[in-house]
Amino acid sequence: MRLPRHLLFLLSLALVVPLAHATPPAAAALPENSVYRIPALTLRDQQGEVFAFDSLRGEPRIVGMFYGSCQMACPLEIEYLKRLRHVVLAKSGRSIPVLLVSFDPARDDAAMLRKVAGEHHVQAPTFRLARPEHGDEGMLAGVLGIAYRQLPGGGFSHNVKVSLLDANGRIVASANASGTLDRAFVEAIVALRTGH
Amino acid sequence: MKPIRMTGLLMLLAIAPVAFAADYVTIPAGQFVSALAIDGSTSRIALPSFAMRVEPVTQADYLAFVATHPEWRRGRVSPLLAGPQYLAAWQGPLTPGPAVPARQPVTEVSWFAARAFCAGEQARLPSWYEWEYVAAADATRRDARGDPARNQALLSSILASSGNRPGTIGRHRANLYGVHDINRLLWEWTGDYAAMFPNADARVAGVGATLALCGGSALAFADKNQYALMMRVAALTALKPADDAPRVGFRCVRDIHGE
Repeated sequence: MRLPRHLLFLLSLALVVPLAHATPPAAAALPENSVYRIPALTLRDQQGEVFAFDSLRGEPRIVGMFYGSCQMACPLEIEYLKRLRHVVLAKSGRSIPVLLVSFDPARDDAAMLRKVAGEHHVQAPTFRLARPEHGDEGMLAGVLGIAYRQLPGGGFSHNVKVSLLDANGRIVASANASGTLDRAFVEAIVALRTGH
Repeated sequence: MKPIRMTGLLMLLAIAPVAFAADYVTIPAGQFVSALAIDGSTSRIALPSFAMRVEPVTQADYLAFVATHPEWRRGRVSPLLAGPQYLAAWQGPLTPGPAVPARQPVTEVSWFAARAFCAGEQARLPSWYEWEYVAAADATRRDARGDPARNQALLSSILASSGNRPGTIGRHRANLYGVHDINRLLWEWTGDYAAMFPNADARVAGVGATLALCGGSALAFADKNQYALMMRVAALTALKPADDAPRVGFRCVRDIHGE
């Protein structure tokens, strides 16, 4: 058993070692605590557009997670974010784009995302509902402080935390997207949008 | 750069037989009642068959991982994904050093790092239920949790090792499934550990935060005899995913397709 394993391992080393040392320089421009530094994550939104999560850098954004078949917390989360966008628009003259990523890719296919987006009248790219296509959405949940766990019945236990990212992906503020708007969160968004 | 690279390679060669022996065993499908009451105390959990790593991920395994995944080396990884204690006992980013024997479970690794490691061997972190289901077994029984002597032995071994680094793998008999050291040596990350107290969400404002404090884990237990398990849940839920604790490591599982 040992000899073939050894050989296999040597072969695999020969293959991976040169690659491992060719570090891509692209990530260097991001701050070290940027959420866009999570391992590569590819998403598909309700319009069917496929994009890399880290391609969203360049503009401040609200990011959260949800699942489409959710009956309670997620519809409230989406309505909360719609209200938030209205208030930010009224106060700063500019709204802020929203990205909600599904943590239930098995059921949230493109049709489901389109259906949920239609029910709530939200449109990409300003209000994106997206599903993970490649990569680990759990990494995104972890850095955003979003916790979820599938229940025996098929639903999820989860929180509805949403975060304000600056243009480089640093978390500026967070809030629970339910109930009345969090004033400090609104102020943080307005400050980022108006530049002071 | 060169000497470090060479050292890393030599170490890799030295540990190659171990690093490549990531053995998984099939855990048959089954049902059990979780000791946690968080989803309602009567929940019978049905699990499909899956495969679990026989051993926790070792220091040697983890060295092989960072050798081929430079973005997870100490000093390179984003502080969002691993805190200042990440691999703190290692001498250097590719040099575990004599303080961390190759056959010990790797610890001081964040939940993010554990996830990435498992993905690297086409696996994932277990769910809490998968972990608990396998950990309920002893060497002869699928569910040994009703045995007071067994529960006391687990608790004693935790208390005896408290404060020390986890010991060497394989000193105890494997359980019924062939899985080693799942209950004694260390706490293990699960994929969903952060959602063990899910009512920390807005639907029950205020309750989750209280429950997430240590004593709360006892309240969430349907089976109050599982004291060692309560300690584990309290320890895990106190952690943030970027934390790197000296007694927290992990093992991976794989789905079995067609199940």
